[in-house]
Amino acid sequence: MTEPLAFGMGAGLFYIHIPYMQVSGGPMISFRSMPGGIFRRTCKSLNIELERKKFKNQLDAQIYLDKKIEEGIPVGCQVGVFHLTYFPKEYRFHFNAHNLIVYGKEGDNYLISDPVMEEVTTLSSFELNRARFSQGVLAPKGHVYFPKKVGKIDKTTIQKAIISGINRNIIYMYRAPGPIIGATGIKGTANKIRTWRDKLGPRKAGLYLGQIVRMQEEIGTGGGGFRFLYAAFLEEAADYLQEDRLLPIADQMTKAGDLWRSSAVQMAGIYKGRLTEQKDYDNTADIMCEISEVEREAFKQLAKLKLK
Amino acid sequence: MKKKDTPQDKSALEGHTRDVCYVKNKDGKYETVLSSGWEVKSAALDNAWDDIHEQVELARKAVLSGEKSPIYFYFIKQLMDFQVIAGYTGFWKVSIKKHMTPKGFKKLSEKKLAIYAKTFGISIDELKNFKG
Repeated sequence: MTEPLAFGMGAGLFYIHIPYMQVSGGPMISFRSMPGGIFRRTCKSLNIELERKKFKNQLDAQIYLDKKIEEGIPVGCQVGVFHLTYFPKEYRFHFNAHNLIVYGKEGDNYLISDPVMEEVTTLSSFELNRARFSQGVLAPKGHVYFPKKVGKIDKTTIQKAIISGINRNIIYMYRAPGPIIGATGIKGTANKIRTWRDKLGPRKAGLYLGQIVRMQEEIGTGGGGFRFLYAAFLEEAADYLQEDRLLPIADQMTKAGDLWRSSAVQMAGIYKGRLTEQKDYDNTADIMCEISEVEREAFKQLAKLKLK
Repeated sequence: MKKKDTPQDKSALEGHTRDVCYVKNKDGKYETVLSSGWEVKSAALDNAWDDIHEQVELARKAVLSGEKSPIYFYFIKQLMDFQVIAGYTGFWKVSIKKHMTPKGFKKLSEKKLAIYAKTFGISIDELKNFKG
């Protein structure tokens, strides 16, 4: 099992620009579907039954976690990033949909494997409790989860999981209507960007664009707004399914990722104050329109394959 | 992205971790490589923090000039929104807004002050005697 496979089976690729809402004073944009949803779908299609639990108070949550660790079960925990002491300070916002694995305890310290960190790390019980009960949007409420029953996973299961992931992703990126979601959503954002210079002024427009870049290149996304990760998935999928027609589509996704990176460079020119003209905003929007086309076409091709 | 194009710029990740990138190797296959950071992203993050520091400065001035209470300052300083602060304190948004005014702040009981102090991770003394 690899990260791209898990991402693709869970239909991870997405684009959404939620209008009228803001996160930390910028546009609310996401390049992937909800991490909990990806995980749930992937587990379901691999016949992995999960045990999940949320808690009302910290003490119960800790007792439960300690018991599971004692039984030798590594436990997934949802945490808020703001209180994660080992995170770089600059990344510590009130973001609650982060997940880590607790795999042991030594004295008062929990042994932690955090996907964002290169090395395993530790948190004291006070620190972990605080992070498990962080507050705000999507507050974790001590949420823990671990596999309860793992069914038989053979090649057919994996093939089926890959196909169902792809088909769901076609709905997200290609079939979903409206200027908010999927490939057309990218165009929707592009059209907004054209107006930002006059509407928001250069300072705020710069912050908005910076926000898009930060979402796109968040740590652990593999770069290019998850597009490279999805391309890697398609590449693996081609191998598993013995389906070479997936390879040119993987290349399309790589192209989309590369274009996202160039759009980020263009946006950086604006928020660093080097580019200030309306045409610079238009250029950014044009790249995004191109991305929209490339991704639409890629998922259209995927839909045409009619994988079963 | 090609493997040789992986950015290795200085960033806030230094001393903490490195970022996993999915890149194409020489054979045109995907593999992962670790990146110390990308200047384009760092600039966006720095920009966001400049803005936060600016807002904190404004909040500090607002408290010192008697427009706002220290609750407001720490609320801004700790990057909170109302859902976050309401979650930690258990107070309603309207009450919190009142506590953010000097008048409402004066009326706060020791017990409520203690809740705020704990939320912000400071002492009651620091909260009451705002020095900026």
